[in-house]
Amino acid sequence: MSTSTTFAPTIAEPIAIPVRDILPWAIFVGLLALLAIYFVGAEQGAISIIPGMYIHEFVHDGRHFLAFPCH
Amino acid sequence: MLAGLLAGLIAFVYAQYFAEPLIDQAIVFEDHGHESLGGHPAPELVSRAVQSTLGLLTGVVVYSTAIGGIFALVFAFAQGRLGRMRPRSTTVLLAAAAFIVLFLVPQIKYPANPPAIGDPETIRVRTALYFAMIAWSAAAAVGAMLLAKHLMRHLDMWNAALCGAGVYILAAALAMFVLPTVNEVPDDFPATLLWQFRMVSLGGHAVLLAILGLAFGILAERKMLAAGHSAVRLPRIV
Repeated sequence: MSTSTTFAPTIAEPIAIPVRDILPWAIFVGLLALLAIYFVGAEQGAISIIPGMYIHEFVHDGRHFLAFPCH
Repeated sequence: MLAGLLAGLIAFVYAQYFAEPLIDQAIVFEDHGHESLGGHPAPELVSRAVQSTLGLLTGVVVYSTAIGGIFALVFAFAQGRLGRMRPRSTTVLLAAAAFIVLFLVPQIKYPANPPAIGDPETIRVRTALYFAMIAWSAAAAVGAMLLAKHLMRHLDMWNAALCGAGVYILAAALAMFVLPTVNEVPDDFPATLLWQFRMVSLGGHAVLLAILGLAFGILAERKMLAAGHSAVRLPRIV
């Protein structure tokens, strides 16, 4: 196998990260991110885990601005 | 996620300047409505001063950081699989696609609403419809992209990509046709205010994703160069 280095940018085959390496991160970060988005976007609105309206009212403006359905 | 955090901070500044005056106007309208019905303005659980600063900051930054995290995952999967692109090109392309697929298209059907619009009774249905539209749009985009990739074996790149885009547009149009329309805007709500709010919200997403895509691209390319992953440094195997 012979290799030759090329100096022009963006020529070589880009390397893909194997799915096996991504999967644990995907599950961990994905869950965390979805939970965060849920709390900003929907908690105490459409669904309510923690009773009351405090979270809803606290992120109220952000919820409107980010286009989530709100009251 | 760092890029998302940065994007969130900038989006917060944007929202403070552009969205807050509109939200305030809408709330004035909402309170007028309560008064004319003989009731009182809704009691404030969290003061407007907190809502428009700390609350807005928390909401936008947490949201952006989470979007940044998901963006990183999609990037990790897409880099090297979409075609011959350096990391920065991949991130800009992904950010543009995310803006169109996750925000622009769903917002055509279910646009953002300022306060005073929306019946609390229908919040469940509206939320479900909104997320269904986003999910459909995302699934259609992934399907269209796989189709385009498949077609690239038979057609040239432009035609294959155009076919994919066409299929996506058809699928999105079908969803908009099938899903019910929601219109809960009070008859006397100012049209200009509604229009401005929706544009500002869309603009906010554009700002958020543009910053995220550009900042992430810079960080990712630096990191991948250091790790020797980059297309630029890699020796080509002949």
